[in-house]
Amino acid sequence: MSDATFLEYVVFFSAALMILGGAIGVITLKNPVHAALGLVLTLFGVAVQFVAQEAHFLAAVQVIVYAGAIVVLFLFVIMLLGVDQAMDLSIEPIPIQRPLAAVMGIGLVGLVGAAVVRARDALVINPGTGIDVASETGDNDSNILQLATNLYGDHVLAFQLTSVLLVVAVAGTVVLTRKWPRTDEARDAEHESSDV
Amino acid sequence: MIAAIEPTWYLLLAAMLFGIGAFGLLIRRNPLVMFMCIELMLNAANLTFVALATQLGDINGQTAVFFVMVVAAAEVVVGLGIIVSILRRRPGATADDLAELKG
Repeated sequence: MSDATFLEYVVFFSAALMILGGAIGVITLKNPVHAALGLVLTLFGVAVQFVAQEAHFLAAVQVIVYAGAIVVLFLFVIMLLGVDQAMDLSIEPIPIQRPLAAVMGIGLVGLVGAAVVRARDALVINPGTGIDVASETGDNDSNILQLATNLYGDHVLAFQLTSVLLVVAVAGTVVLTRKWPRTDEARDAEHESSDV
Repeated sequence: MIAAIEPTWYLLLAAMLFGIGAFGLLIRRNPLVMFMCIELMLNAANLTFVALATQLGDINGQTAVFFVMVVAAAEVVVGLGIIVSILRRRPGATADDLAELKG
């Protein structure tokens, strides 16, 4: 066994442990803050797997955008709403829901796993034009250069449309959460409805 | 001599992550934690994209991860906005309490 292969194994399995452990933490921990920290663990594990597959730029974006921005947003909302206390997980409004969800989850993993294992021979073919890898091209920027050429070349329209999506999302959130200054009519209407 | 890491392993790992996320989405009642489970499923999809991009030698898979991340960010912003405005009106609401929204 070569050392490089052994190291790959260590990286893969420790990152897999981070990913699955964090994911199980998200769904089992009672306190939402702890669940968010489990999510951070999973996101870092996914970033490690990205590095292991030579997707270096995506790993950086994963840490900055996901583990940075999105989880901080989650924690901010948890603190803002004051829901950072443990919840009682034993309440089960629909009695059969958890067994059914477990059956669905295991069935989903089983089906996808079976499909992946059956298709492993089909994965060996390599019809793409190839991904520039820093260790092969000798240029440390090769991954990000190739990504940029692809994103701003083939997918430039989709890239433009994502800016529309982001603007709409930001404007929609402002409209949703803003407290509008009330008019007298609206206040009267609310008084009437609260009297009923 | 042991075999090198195969892309199949990454795909199986992503399948497990997706299964855990889907299971959590169904059993948790706190809307914030349900959102985190959706993030888990999106990350499983991202892992699949990168694994297949590496295996098939096609950079489009890595570009797709970008768009998934953008959509995830927009989705989190809008979703948390909705959750904030609901929980401000009725603190401690769970997903079951929101069933009364149906007519």
